[in-house]
This record gives sequence, structure tokens and C-alpha cells, in this order.
Amino acid sequence: MTGVDQSQGRERRLNVEEVRQDFPILSQQVNGKPLVYLDNAATAQKPRSVIDAITHYYESYNSNIHRGVHHLSQKATEAYEQARVKAQRLLNASESREIIFVRSTTEAINLVAQTYGRKHLRPGDEVVVSAMEHHSNIVPWQQLCQEKEAKLRVIPINDKGELLLEEYENLLNERTRVVAVTHISNALGTINPIEQIIEQAHRYDAAVLIDGAQGAPHLTLDVQALDCEFYAFSGHKFYGPTGVGILYGKGALLDSLPPYQGGGEMILSVSFEKTTYNVVPHRFEAGTPNIAGGIALGAAIDYVNQLGLENIKDYEDELFRYATERLSRFPELKIIGTAEDKASILSFVLKDIHAHDVGTILDQEGVAVRTGHHCAQPVMDRFEVPATSRASIAFYNTREEIDVLAQGIQKVLEVFK
Amino acid sequence: MSFLKDLYQEVILDHSKSPRNFSELSDANRTADGYNPLCGDKVTVFLKLKDDVVEDVSFTGAGCAISTASASLMTQSVKGKTLLEAKELFRRFQDLVTSGTAEGAELGELEAFLGVSQFPVRVKCATLVWHTMQAALKNGEESVSTE
Repeated sequence: MTGVDQSQGRERRLNVEEVRQDFPILSQQVNGKPLVYLDNAATAQKPRSVIDAITHYYESYNSNIHRGVHHLSQKATEAYEQARVKAQRLLNASESREIIFVRSTTEAINLVAQTYGRKHLRPGDEVVVSAMEHHSNIVPWQQLCQEKEAKLRVIPINDKGELLLEEYENLLNERTRVVAVTHISNALGTINPIEQIIEQAHRYDAAVLIDGAQGAPHLTLDVQALDCEFYAFSGHKFYGPTGVGILYGKGALLDSLPPYQGGGEMILSVSFEKTTYNVVPHRFEAGTPNIAGGIALGAAIDYVNQLGLENIKDYEDELFRYATERLSRFPELKIIGTAEDKASILSFVLKDIHAHDVGTILDQEGVAVRTGHHCAQPVMDRFEVPATSRASIAFYNTREEIDVLAQGIQKVLEVFK
Repeated sequence: MSFLKDLYQEVILDHSKSPRNFSELSDANRTADGYNPLCGDKVTVFLKLKDDVVEDVSFTGAGCAISTASASLMTQSVKGKTLLEAKELFRRFQDLVTSGTAEGAELGELEAFLGVSQFPVRVKCATLVWHTMQAALKNGEESVSTE
């Protein structure tokens, strides 16, 4: 549906009813009620075009890629490499060889820790992470620091869930080799000022990795403008399939790195005396990849581009404001993570009611939220809660669904009155 | 909604809001910690055993309504029982919450947990404190996890 948005002068606004038609899973009932899917931070739903891309691949041109001379193999290779270019354009990377296909954000971070980290860290060096990180952006660095006798430093956060930037500045020194920080916190919803973080890290020649698992689906990205060394995101949170993710790395930097996993594809020649490694990005892509997954991620990027990233953002921002306001009306409800700059994620606790019980009762109303520590136990400890309930918004959620969430919370309060 | 009432029964809600035997036991001779890493439920069980009989039992911890109510009712059921009786009670409770069978089994108020069998995700909430109690009886000092 087209129309002129008077306030922004933008040609298209998102029509959520139309968009929802594209997502077959949304039209089902759960426990006799319409599904209200608010667990998008855990994984997003897939549009028909993404599902079809997978089916079409396996029905018509499934073949192993990169060195076949037959027709199907060439077709599969083309589609896969086209998806790489789509990811390049999404991130505004300067070359498609700067895009590495991985399994997930978690694998991307492990890759960087084990290549860049292993190569550059010396005993006494330091790696900086933040207090709001997901376990996947903590544990690989802990493991690396242990291996290399390096120190892990943590940027603290305030009670609103914002990074204390003065403390961050104080943490940086000549021994800092890596700064690894999330773009948007999966537990708190905080959007971090990563441009600033990157700029300050560069004063000390530290490399910066941005965990974009939540960032990529909700923000417009430009890795050249950001100037980060690495940016990682997951396909399945970007309306694509599970089992595929993207690691962006600066070309010259990737060229200098040793390989990650060894095996086929990442080599140029193999003999028992000597093996030589392939060029970037193939050097970091050992074995047969998730070909269907990569191609389908390309379809997801196409879908998002067709809707328009700015239209998505406008719609989500408005819905998020409504959801925050609606939930804030409950005096027994406390939102965990109240940064000035937030997106999509509403973590909350209800007075004297455990998240698990909240989640079970909401489920009975057809509402899917996540309850627990969200792979961010340090965040739970920081806010002194055992767990939170987390609702996370995507562009196919509606105001009516937020109302159902609110009604569900009312029901929880009644059960425990 | 009646489906939900199967889980959040009066008895369970009552015990979760006002748990019985919710304190440390100063003269305990058996203790164990239990932890459910999936949701953060934590419980410590204190037992005072005398000649194979559970003379006294209590618990501390923080967790969801199901785990708290289960702990409260466990302490009530197990007090005064022999080791063997406590073990048997655990087995029958597990059957109750996993497969929904009560077997005419003299579970008393514990039957309130029959509904848990329809919410498989919550079974570990109900059984955590029982596993912890068993660990306390067996070894004296041990940590138990649901994983």
C-alpha cells in the first residue's frame, strides 16, 4: 500500500496487516487463542519468500558449490555468492570478500577470538567487554584470555542499563587489544553508542568487534562509516533460517589472519608435506556450508529491503513506544533496562511473581515471551533479579497484540492476588 | 482458563505465597543445594535425621510459584517419615508430575501438583526440591542441578 507520509515526506509506510499475510506462522492459534509472537529477540519468523527460497533450492538446483562444472553446481554457486553480495550491501561493506558466512553470531565471535585473538594477544594484554553482553560475547573472550594469560576488563553499566562511557575510557590503555561490545543488548534493549566506542578504542589501536545479533534486524548499518574491525549477526534473527550468520571483517585485516577451521574449501593445495590456504573469505569457510541457509538469508535481506529499512524502523519505534507506555501503566511492573536509547526489547519483572509463572500464564493467553536469564546472567546479577520476562517486537507485531500482552499481565496479577 | 487452574491451584498458590518451614535449620545434620539454571530457581534443603527418621526439615531459596509450593509441601509431607518412606514419596511424586498418575497413592495435598503433568516445561520446577532433598539424605552435603 502506498501513500505519502506527511510528517516524514517518505513515500511508503509499512502496512502491518499486509505484512502479516507474508508470514504464514502468524495466523495460528495457541491454547485456543490467536498466537501473539513476542519472542523475536530469541528468533524471528520467516516470510513466505524465505521459506520458498529453501524449498526451491532443494527442489530445483541443490548442488555443492564452488568447483562443479555442471549446470546445477554453477546455479547454486551463483545464488550463494549473490547472497554474499546482498549481505555486503546490507552492511555497506566495500567488498563482498569482506563477508564471511558462519553458522551464527556465536560462531562469528569464536572465529575472531581464535584467529585475531590468538594471533595478537600476549600475556598481560587486555580484552574489553561490557557488563550487558550475551554469554556468546563473553565466554569466547574468557577462554582466549585464559589461554593467553590476558585480562578481561568489563565496562560497567548504570541502573538504567547504559554503558558508563567515562569508565570505558579509563579502562582503555596500551595493552587493550580487543573491544567487544553489543550493538543492542538482548536483555535490556539498550542501543549502545558504538561509533564513540569504536573511535575511542582506535586511539589505542584496539580492534573492535560489534555483536550485531539484535542490532542488524532493527538498525540501518554502515560498517565503513562505523569503521569497526568486525561486525557479526545471525540469519535467524534477521527473518532468515537458523544455521547461518554473517561475519564482516575489514579486508586487509582478514588477509592477515590465520585460518579458523581446517578442511576442504579453505585450502589452495594440500599435500602431506605442505598445505597452502585459500584467499579471503574462503579461507574462513571450511567444508560444505549451509548453502540453502545462505541463499535464504539473501531472500530475507531482499524482503527487508523491499519493505524499506527506514519504514521498518519507523513502525517498530512507534510500536515500541506504545508497548513501553502500556506496560508502564502497571504499578506492580518494573521494566529492566530503561536507557534513553532503546529498541524492540522490553524486559520486565512483576512484584513477587517469578518470570516462569508469568510466562506460563501468558502462554495460556497465546502470548509468547521469553523468561529466564536470556544468556545474560551477569545482567541478571547486576539488576539483582533471578530472571526477567522479555517481550521483543518485530515489524509484524501490532498494537492489538500489545494490548493482549497487557491483558495477559493483568491476568497474571489476578492469579497471584 | 480452567487449564491454568489445573496448575495454579488454591493449594499451590497458598503455599507459594506463605511457604511452610521456610527457614534454616540450626541443628540440621544433612543439607544440599539445588539450582535450576534455566530459570534461576535456587533452593537449599535442611534435614535433621535421627535413627533413619526425618525429625525435622526446612528449606530456603528463591524461585517460581511451583518450586516454592513444592518445597513447602515437600517439607510437610516428609517430616516424621523414615528414609525409605521419603524415597517412596519422591518416586510417587515424580510419577504424578511427569505422567499424571496418582495410583491411589496417598499423596495427600501433594496431589495438587497433578496439573504439572500438563505443563512439561514446569516439571523441573516441581521436582527440583525433591531431588535436592534426596541428595541431602544420601550424602550430607552436595549440590544438585536440574541439568
